[in-house]
Formats: sequence, structure tokens, C-alpha cells
Amino acid sequence: MSTDGKHTLSVLVENKPGVLARIAALFSRRSFNIESLAVGPTEHAEISRMTIVVNVQETPLEQVTKQLNKLVEVIKIVELEYDASVQRELLLVKVNATTETRGQVLEAVQLFRAKVVDVATDAVTIQVIGNAGKLSDFLRVIEPFGIRELVQSGMVAIGRGPRSISERSLRPVVTPAPPAVG
Amino acid sequence: MSEQQITGAQSLVKSLEAAGTETIFGYPGGAILPAYDPLMDSTIRHILVRHEQGAGHAAEGYASATGRVGVCMATSGPGATNLVTPIADAYMDSVPMVAITGQVPASLIGTDAFQEADIRGITMPITKHNFLVTDAAEIPQRIAEAFHLASTGRPGPVLVDVAKNALQAMTTFRWPTELQLPGYRPVTKPHAKQIREAARLMLASKKPVLYVGGGTIRSGAHRELRKLAELTGIPVVTTLMARGAFPDSHPQHLGMPGMHGTVSAVAALQKSDLMISLGARFDDRVTGDLKTFAPNAAVIHADIDPAEIGKNRYADVPIVGDIREVLVDLIAVLEAEQAAGRVGDYEAWVAFCAGIKKQYPLGYDAPTDSGLAPQYVIERLGKIAGPEAIYAAGVGQHQMWAAQFIGYEHPNTWLNSGGAGTMGYSVPAAMGAKVGRPDATVWSIDGDGCFQMTNQELATCAIENIPIKVALINNDNLGMVRQWQTLFYEQRYSNTDLQKHGGGTGAVKRIPDFPKLAEAYGCVGLSCESAEDVDSVIEKAMSINDAPVVVDFRVHKDAMVWPMIAGGASNDEIQYARDLAPKFDEDDL
Repeated sequence: MSTDGKHTLSVLVENKPGVLARIAALFSRRSFNIESLAVGPTEHAEISRMTIVVNVQETPLEQVTKQLNKLVEVIKIVELEYDASVQRELLLVKVNATTETRGQVLEAVQLFRAKVVDVATDAVTIQVIGNAGKLSDFLRVIEPFGIRELVQSGMVAIGRGPRSISERSLRPVVTPAPPAVG
Repeated sequence: MSEQQITGAQSLVKSLEAAGTETIFGYPGGAILPAYDPLMDSTIRHILVRHEQGAGHAAEGYASATGRVGVCMATSGPGATNLVTPIADAYMDSVPMVAITGQVPASLIGTDAFQEADIRGITMPITKHNFLVTDAAEIPQRIAEAFHLASTGRPGPVLVDVAKNALQAMTTFRWPTELQLPGYRPVTKPHAKQIREAARLMLASKKPVLYVGGGTIRSGAHRELRKLAELTGIPVVTTLMARGAFPDSHPQHLGMPGMHGTVSAVAALQKSDLMISLGARFDDRVTGDLKTFAPNAAVIHADIDPAEIGKNRYADVPIVGDIREVLVDLIAVLEAEQAAGRVGDYEAWVAFCAGIKKQYPLGYDAPTDSGLAPQYVIERLGKIAGPEAIYAAGVGQHQMWAAQFIGYEHPNTWLNSGGAGTMGYSVPAAMGAKVGRPDATVWSIDGDGCFQMTNQELATCAIENIPIKVALINNDNLGMVRQWQTLFYEQRYSNTDLQKHGGGTGAVKRIPDFPKLAEAYGCVGLSCESAEDVDSVIEKAMSINDAPVVVDFRVHKDAMVWPMIAGGASNDEIQYARDLAPKFDEDDL
């Protein structure tokens, strides 16, 4: 994935109001391109995790991470290499499915290990989970039947293996307050 | 057991006191009003400005002159938005500042309430950090954090927006023992390996130069800088933000680099084989065209902000750390090398730089008519007021001349808006500096354009007994813009003549009459039109210490700032004067 300038960053942030706005504003102000962004809670209530896919060359990537690191509410940034991580996106797509085509549509669903989550008389809604490649392959197959509506999540990603990116970084950092004057 | 119940407003004032605040520059209004009541009983001196922008720049001037955190305060909505320019200014120039703003009650946030503005959202890209406080119990914690963030690491402005309900609620005050900033861990101690590598490059270099930026002043590293310079003999250039970090009188000092820098400083960078950058950020006004900037130089880049390193120019040796600590460690390594008999050989290079400095000194042409040269006024002011005085400039030609022709010997004596280029900075910044350093003589050097943006603070100065002095370099024009029109727009002076409008014939008398304006504000107004009177009028201004003084120096309008490198051009294309390129060939080396 990183061959075409795409990089996946896992960003641990304090779960506080305005953090998403801060990060989005930083990307906009510094002219960095966000390909996708997903935010959600983590195993620690006070920490949120963002998975950000950015489309940049190497040098700007360093600037992106350095500028992100300067945000006070950003705790840790890890770049997840494609081969060393699991990446998933979720796609919900509403596809035409008449009596003639329904069989073919369901066949495609099976092939991609997708799932029908809603059925109507002339359409089905399909859920697909996978990496970006699988999702675009599925769409290519299903497109001829007629896509009525499509919604897709940002990518979430996690490193392979037993290590956690959060265990070390979430040790409490104690910064003593300056003593009161007077 | 039960702690004393106080209001959030009292807690805010107690917190500001606990954080060491001595002075607040501010302006009251509805949402911040609860805080103004306990302020009356506080040890903190509140200076009531005439415009919130003045409060912000005054806090900057106070911070820049003293090294302490400057504090300003305003109400919600327009009060807060009037602080935006000084906050952006402080962000660009890394000025430690805390801005307190009132916000509408939490229950009204988001309803487009009266005087509501999302100041936290507005200032996100121009603050180091900001907070919205809606719960009175949080106030001491957030204030402690704001002061810590503003003054540590790379300094900068921090805004604390406090909702009115939090100011009115009952709470208890307890100064925190710990800060809740898990993501904030500035690195101040440089990496030993990088220091050794830097020392190795310095010893191997034949043509090194110390490229000193404002970070050196902010970290209080001027003594260490001088020690390193004298230990190694390496030539020094100081950027606009670093004037005063190294004495101008020092023989190793080549002056200021950049668009209006000295030929020697620009040449030293261009011809160097090693640039040792200390708290500088390779600003476009220094580098000109990046591709041709110091093309043969390896770069040692030391900065407390890792994001500055490698941002504009690749760093061969990146050093993240506080400049003072970097210098202390570097000096220790170089002293050990020296003891072992290893020193750099810069003799030919030092002679080359000294030669250019001698050949192309800063200078200016006397006006052809009987007019007064602005450079002369500023030069004399520097001589008479001396290097112990503090100088705060506006933005434009007078700023560049003030950077060039006043001899700076000490840090924190030159205050200006370097990164943002904010017209109107000077008068309120001088006011703030005078409050922070009441024993120092403080001169505002301002242009007639800049001056009219914030001169209302003269009223504040007169009433609050803050006797600043203003040298108004009055050429009736927006001089720097006019200079660009002369050079790049075929002398078509579109909207730069402040006395003449839209093809009219121009006013018979100059508007405004600045000495009269000064008098109206309770200041002493003086004027000067000829070179013979310059010394005596400056001396007269120096003798008045019970009121602010404004001297209207009526200077000729065609003076230009030289040397100059046109915007975006290569530093190699520096012009010593109009159409006069200096020669500094490699052959001379």
C-alpha cells in the first residue's frame, strides 16, 4: 500500500471534545491529504484511536507525524506497515436484485464471503468487510447489477503479533505542576 | 475538612496569582465580567487597554522583554476575536502568552447567543493549545496547564476560554500538584551522539557559520552562544528574531541574514560548507529560493521543536533540544577536543567574511533634497538611547532599519513582529515591555501607517503611567509597499500615499497632526524635520520620564531598504543598493 504514497497511521489521542476537529484542521492547514479517517474508543476509556490513511511522499510524512505529535492531545503515533498489520474497511451497498439476477448477486456475495443484511423485493443490501483491494474487487463484480446506494467506513488497522501499541505509551506521565507563587 | 467555597471567578484570579501573574492586559465585557470583580482585590495589576488587540500585543511585549509569560484577558465574541491577531503573532514568534477569554454560559454555547464566538475553534491553528472550561472545578488545573504549556518546550500562546457559568458557580480552590498532559513531553536534553557528530562536522569544516535564530533568545542561551563562538572563532549571523542574541559590536558578528540582511551575513551563508542552525527555522525571508540557499552547506539543525528540523531544508545532523542545553553540551565536547589538540581551521574563511563585512558595510544615501533620512534618525536613536534601552518596532521599512542601524548588545532588547509581520505591534508591545521592565528606557520605533492601527494605547500609557517613547518614522506613506511599487510596479503608487486619495490633490495639511494627536492622548508631542535637530529632539524625549513622548520625525519618502533580495529570488542575487550586485567570488577565498 505504501508504494503509491499511502501510509496508515495509528494515532492514540486523549478522548476529549474537539480532538477530531484539531486533527482535521491540522491536515487542512498544512495541506496534507487525508485518504480516510476512522475514530473510535480503545481498551482505555480515556483514550481514542484514530486510523488515518494519508497520501504523501516520505518527507511530508515525517512532517505529518511531527506536526501531529505537536498536538498536546496526541499521545502516540505509529505507522502500520501493510504487511505487518491487518487492515479492514466496512462496505454497505444496496444492489438491484430482480428475480433474474438475484441468484448471481448471491453467488458474488458467497464468493467474497460477504453478507446480505437486508432484503427487499427488487434489491438487497450487502455488507462486505475487508481491505481496500477486496472491497474494490467486490464492487467491480457487483456493479453491473446496478448499485443504488453505497456507504463505506474509513479503514481501521491493527499490528500483527502479540504486541500492543498502547500498553507502553499509556503509562501515566506525571508532570509535576509548578508550585503556586506567593 | 470542608474547604472554603468561592466562585469560579475567584478561583480563576487565585489561579492566575498562583501561576505568578503580576500583570494582566485586558478589557472587560459581559461574559468575563464575573472575573473582573475579584480582580479588584487581587495583587495582580490589571491594565485597562483601549482595544483587545493592544492587550494581546502588550502581553507579547511584556513576555519578550522579560522572558516571563504575558497574560491578556478579554470577553467573549468580539473581545476574543480582537485577540486573534496578537495570538497568531505570538504563535509565529514563539512568545509565551496566556489569553483568558470569557465565553457565554455553557447552556447557550452553540445557540448563536449574544457575543458568542467559537474562539477555541477559531484559535486552534494559531495556539500551541487551547481549552474550553465549563466546570468551575477545572479552573486551577487548566490555568496551571496553560502556563506550563506556554512557557516550556517551544513557547507559544495558550488560550483558556471560560464559560460564564463556570465563573459564577461555587467551587473550591486547590492548586494542582500534577498536570494532566500525557501527550506533552518536550525534549530539552539533546542526544549525545548527535552532539558528537555536530562537533565532528564543525572540526572538519573549512567554512562554518553559526546561523542564530530567535530560539536562542527564548531559551536564554546568549552567554553560551558567545562562549561557543569565541571558543571556535566561527562567524555568527543573527536573524531578525535573534537580534541581540550576540553583540553587534563583536568582531565575529556579520549581521542579519535574509531579504534585507547584510551582504556579509548573506554571503557567509551562501558560501559556507557548514551551517550550524540554532533555534532558527529557515524562514523564506532568510533563505530566499530554497534550492539555491547555501547550496554547498551541510546543516546541523538544533531546535526544541522537532517539526522545524527538516521542514524546509534537509538536516545532516538533527538535534532536538533546548538551545542552551545544546550549546552547553557542544561546548563541553569541543573543549575536550581542543584539549586534545583538535581545533577547526577557519583562518581563510574568517578572513574572507571579515573582508566582505569591511567592503560592504551597512549604509545609506543621504537624501538628494534637504529631506531627513529615516536611517539617520534610527541610527542616532540607537546611539543616544544606547544598547541598554528596549526597542519595539512596527512592520515595514522602519522595522528593517531598526534591525540594521541600532546596535544591539543584549537579548530581549529588540522586540518585533517577525513571523506574522503585524502592523500595529509596536506601540502596545512597547507598553507591555515598559510594564515588565519599568527601569528600562523603552522606544517604540513605528511607521505612520502602523502607528495609526494601534495608537489608541497611548491613552492607556498616559493614564496608567507607562512612559514609553515613540519615534514615529513618518514618511506619509506605506513605505515598504511603496518601495516594492518603485521596484516592481513601475512606480505606480497605488494606495500607498496616506496623505492623498483617489486622484485628489491631497490634503493641505498633514492628517493627522501627530504631535497634536499625542497631546490629545495626554502625551508629549514633539516633531523634527531636519538632521540638525535629530539629536536634540531625541535628547529632549529622553529627558521626559513622567509622560509618554511621541516624536514625529518627518522623513523623506523615497528612502529604500538596502541591501535587498527580491521575494523568491536566490540569495546569490542580493543587491547592495539598487542595481548594484556585490562581488564575493570563490576566488577571494
